[in-house]
Amino acid sequence: MALTLIDEERAIASGSMGEGAAMAMRIVAETARLMGAPRLLPIASAHIDGALYHGDSGTLFAEKLVEGGASVRVRATLNVGSIDLTGCSKNRLGNHERGMARRMMDAYRRLGCEPSWTCAPYQAGHRPAKGSDVAWGESNAVVFCNSVLGARTNRYGDFLDIACAIAGRAPDYGLHRAENRRARIVFDISGINHAFLASEVAWPILGNLYGRSVGDAVGVVAGAAVHPDEDMLKAFGAASASSGAVGLFHVAGVTPEAPDLATALHGCEPEAIIHVTRDMLEETRRRLSTVGDVSAIDAVAIGSPHLSIAEFDRLETLIAGRHLRVPLYACTGRHVLNVLEEGGRRRKLEDCGVIIVADTCVVVTPILPEKPGAVLMTNSGKFAHYAPGNTGYGVIYGSLAECMESAAAGRPVFMKAAA
Amino acid sequence: MMAAKTALQASILVPGAPACAEALVLTAPISFWGGVNPQTGLIADVRHPEHGVSIRGRILCLPGTIGSSSAAAVLLELVHAGLAPAAIILHEPDAILLLGLIVAREMGHEVPPALQLDKAEFAGFEGRMLSIDADGRMMTEAV
Repeated sequence: MALTLIDEERAIASGSMGEGAAMAMRIVAETARLMGAPRLLPIASAHIDGALYHGDSGTLFAEKLVEGGASVRVRATLNVGSIDLTGCSKNRLGNHERGMARRMMDAYRRLGCEPSWTCAPYQAGHRPAKGSDVAWGESNAVVFCNSVLGARTNRYGDFLDIACAIAGRAPDYGLHRAENRRARIVFDISGINHAFLASEVAWPILGNLYGRSVGDAVGVVAGAAVHPDEDMLKAFGAASASSGAVGLFHVAGVTPEAPDLATALHGCEPEAIIHVTRDMLEETRRRLSTVGDVSAIDAVAIGSPHLSIAEFDRLETLIAGRHLRVPLYACTGRHVLNVLEEGGRRRKLEDCGVIIVADTCVVVTPILPEKPGAVLMTNSGKFAHYAPGNTGYGVIYGSLAECMESAAAGRPVFMKAAA
Repeated sequence: MMAAKTALQASILVPGAPACAEALVLTAPISFWGGVNPQTGLIADVRHPEHGVSIRGRILCLPGTIGSSSAAAVLLELVHAGLAPAAIILHEPDAILLLGLIVAREMGHEVPPALQLDKAEFAGFEGRMLSIDADGRMMTEAV
């Protein structure tokens, strides 16, 4: 079906609201045409992943929108940038790159985006209503928005996210349409015991396995012996969206479009059922680590997605005032940093050897020291996936408690496995 | 001796400048982000069969793409740096990748055209000269 634009959209594309808005509308319309969308949809909000520096042309693009007088028509939060503007952490970008990355972050603010600088906007007060259409970028935010909040978004990448925010429109296709939100695959975890599912390591491991198993299909997790909390769903989604192209998952009895299994399946038979076993989870856990027996670690990184205040509460309990032998990088957003500052908690954590990283994270910009053969320990399925390629560090995966004990000891410390 | 010429009609995904160049047919799908170096135009993915080959100025035939939301940024960088292919021929449209061309055009760059053609039709193009006109008509000739 050919794309039809309404009069207002055509007028904006021809410059009725300025050249910046025209450019944004044309980009949205061209994408809609390529995807076979019949029309554009009004959107309620956007989350912009495009302010991360990949090269000069991205900065010039954002500045051209600013020069064209564009501004966002809907609420638009910003994902991480390449620089920690709070000054909590330092990076190793060269002068040219740092300057262009800074200009890029400035340009997105001038377009009217909120300087949230977080990959967990849904824990920083940006929670669109169930059933609303939005244009979100950043794979973990997309999957959380669709799955846990029940709002509707495709995976909006660089350029398209800000173009949608300025146009206030998105192409009507994919996960915006109810029929495409039906689960086709059942991911049955009824064979996995309660103790394991209640543990923090379970959900990133399940998410990694789920992403590799379903690819870009919509699936439903069924038979969960525990009701996962929000941070567990966040970890599951982030891991699934980095190991696969997951945009939406359901958890029967938990997520808003899956009050029960049959509803998630829209009353149809599933196309496949995956029966998850303990062996599959053990194998997945092994895959998350890229190095085996090592006698020392060089750093610990947590906070992908960005840590919530509840996760900092747990971290502080586990540190218990001890001094860490290797640095522990804790990535978070300003919404949490502000709370930590108020209570004097940031200083206490830093005194123990924690390096708070705000506005950005350790796999998107060079913060970790360059060190051949270095080993990073993490409790994040997403960090485990990206750290080897993006930082050069080998990875060991463990629970938050294991990461903490390892940071204190300077070597990997594992506790009794619950699985 | 006259070279044997064949004419084909491809559908235009993104219009661009007419092109005449040697075809480069990739034998495996590629992710532009992480798979092509935006500073050099070389295929950077060490696991890719065409690792180390330059895509600059070639008629790049892609049997498949692995979608990354930053693929468009890499393609825009390549156009901006003068390292883009002369044309891109895709088996299936990939809106995220082609967004790089749409944005490059909005930025005032001359962009290579993107066309759609069944991969069975372009499988034999490797190393041959191809010309593409503004209407998507392609002429291939033996080298």
